[in-house]
Amino acid sequence: MHWLSWRRLRALCWKETLQIFRDPSSILIAFLMPLLMLFIFGYGINLDFSRLRIGLRMEDSGAEATALRAALNASPWLELRAYDSRAGLELALMNSQIRGYVIIPGDFSRKLKQGGTTAPLQVVADGSEPNIAQFVRATVSGVWQTWQAQRAEDRGDTLRREITLEPRMWFNSSAESRNFIIPGSITVIMTVIGALLTSLVVAREWERGTMEALLASPVTRTELLLSKILPYYALGMISLLLCVGVAHWVLLVPFRGTLLALWVVGSLFLLSVLGIGLAISTGMRNQFNAAQAALNAAFLPAVMLSGFIYEISSMPVFLRGVTRIVPARYFVSSMQTIFQAGTLWKLLLPDIFMLGCTTVVFIGLTAKLTKRRME
Amino acid sequence: MKFFSRIDALVRKEFQSLLSTKSGRMLLIMPVVLQTALFPFAATLEVKNASLAVFNEDRGLASVEMTQRFAASAAFTHIVPVWTANELERAIGTREALLAVHIPADFSQRLATAQPSPVQVILDGRRSNSSQIAFNYLQNVLDGFLQDRAAAEGRVMPSEIVVRNGFVTNLEYKYFILPSLVAIITTIGSLIVTALSVAREREQGTFEQLLVSPLSPEMIMIGKAVPAVVVGFFQATLILTAAVFIYHIPFRGSLALLYGAMFFYTLALVGVGLFISSISKTQQQAFLGAFVFMVPAILLSGYTAPVENMPLWLQHLTWVNPVRHFVEIVKGVFLKDASFSRVLTLMLPLLVISCATLTLAALMFRRKAA
Repeated sequence: MHWLSWRRLRALCWKETLQIFRDPSSILIAFLMPLLMLFIFGYGINLDFSRLRIGLRMEDSGAEATALRAALNASPWLELRAYDSRAGLELALMNSQIRGYVIIPGDFSRKLKQGGTTAPLQVVADGSEPNIAQFVRATVSGVWQTWQAQRAEDRGDTLRREITLEPRMWFNSSAESRNFIIPGSITVIMTVIGALLTSLVVAREWERGTMEALLASPVTRTELLLSKILPYYALGMISLLLCVGVAHWVLLVPFRGTLLALWVVGSLFLLSVLGIGLAISTGMRNQFNAAQAALNAAFLPAVMLSGFIYEISSMPVFLRGVTRIVPARYFVSSMQTIFQAGTLWKLLLPDIFMLGCTTVVFIGLTAKLTKRRME
Repeated sequence: MKFFSRIDALVRKEFQSLLSTKSGRMLLIMPVVLQTALFPFAATLEVKNASLAVFNEDRGLASVEMTQRFAASAAFTHIVPVWTANELERAIGTREALLAVHIPADFSQRLATAQPSPVQVILDGRRSNSSQIAFNYLQNVLDGFLQDRAAAEGRVMPSEIVVRNGFVTNLEYKYFILPSLVAIITTIGSLIVTALSVAREREQGTFEQLLVSPLSPEMIMIGKAVPAVVVGFFQATLILTAAVFIYHIPFRGSLALLYGAMFFYTLALVGVGLFISSISKTQQQAFLGAFVFMVPAILLSGYTAPVENMPLWLQHLTWVNPVRHFVEIVKGVFLKDASFSRVLTLMLPLLVISCATLTLAALMFRRKAA
């Protein structure tokens, strides 16, 4: 085999491995960064609202109003703060001290008692935080509905809620956002190791001229590519195991799949991002530009377009099209399946197929770019 | 005036190395354009175009009417009718549907006899945030349905809840994203420019030449700081313009106040960037160092998830995160017309952070120069 000599490949891989271990920054990225990121995603990125700060203005001191205040106070999701003027509420909302406020108008108890009219309860949410505003609305109206139902029952009213929706959560019954964010965040970590690190390493070889020296030696293109891929593949897989281990045993995210499935999707995804990183650095040849390009072509799409925080189906059609060529998208969905639902090959196979395609495309692109550079 | 002419020369040189190549120029503009064009559409926690599976065992009019209401809401564009419990399970399991509604056979009958009728809703927990948001939409639709039924029967609801949204009444996500993007893209731009500029010189060996030149370490720092501040201002202005003129988001506050705060923010970033630069030997180390600072800083800024959802000790820790304060400033000035005193209280931490990081960087520079 004139295009592949095991001896040369071994030597090249050894050189690359030495380089990885000599530079503290690659160790920082492969082992410290994953821990830092898991920690951030585990504790810092929490989409479950536990304590919403809500202002309350009581303009009515009647029994009904006091009862409603007690109900709001009792809610574990709300942190109530009393204000004695509407201007005070406005100012607090402006300065983000509260996320919304509730006003119980002066005639609330009287209207309720009288019957025949509707007693309105005013709720204002901070619209500059749309997600929080939605939760303010949902939480306050939830408390209000329960209070109303309780009140109707106490009075023996026939007027209770005719239809109730009973939510039941499947796969992640505690509904902790952490359980789907952490498997997704492993995608981001793998992207950093695969694309960002390699783009810098190879660009440096071009920048310093050591790549030309290698090309002048009897090393073949296949050997050169493999010597860049294999050590970083190994580094990435070790890091993946580290991440899954920490996610499962430290952050206590349930892992229902098998290691085989993890190895298959992990390998294909890692090879795809390695392909992206190598293609960028071969094309750019300059560390500053390669780093910037890798950040924009690999890292940001892995965060924004992979569906791990932001739902892909909510995006406009053209963006949904763009996400189809983002390998991270397929890795996120298979990681979420492996972690939370188990090794369901029927669900995983389409993702595996697409990851296979992206691997071939990006590694092939690198091979093509390297060839052009060599000529 | 030797001081200024020397710094002037250094600044010119810095700009030349940033702008001399075509790919260098492209990289200052392209990412901003790309991010401004894509992210407002991508980074949304709204639920749209979702699928709702409906398993209706009831044949009554009320259940059909309720299902039609659900189908008409903007959040759900696909209704997947299922006929058995197994099919329902499959629709959720394969992610074909985000939510599934199961209406029991006695639904209409119970409703007619004034008994409470429960409807089971199954949420996909793998996407617990989206499915909960979608569930809230269903709840809102149901509220409207119940009110209309009450009105049709001439009943009066004893109480009602009136919700209004302050500042951004329609709750459109782009109003939240674009101001935050101003802060985030400025961060990436100025941090990488400063972090890499010194490291590049060191890797190429020209940093020693700078040190033996008549420039003092402080002058070198100023020379490295100016381009980064300019790049930050330039990129921020690009996004601000796009936000106001392309996305039509009204700018409510004072531009002067925003740019004033931006100056101190970019200074804080320059301090961080120079510090990373001064402890790195190679560009790779500087870039990865900047990255290790930047990603947590952006993620913990309140942009992806609110600061108040973090554990209390982490909330206190985010006080040293400059991105957190600046995101708050831009959103405040842009959307809420934040007052001078409000911006000042948010700017105080930025001032402290920039003083600390710049001093630290200056100390490291002096040590290198000595």
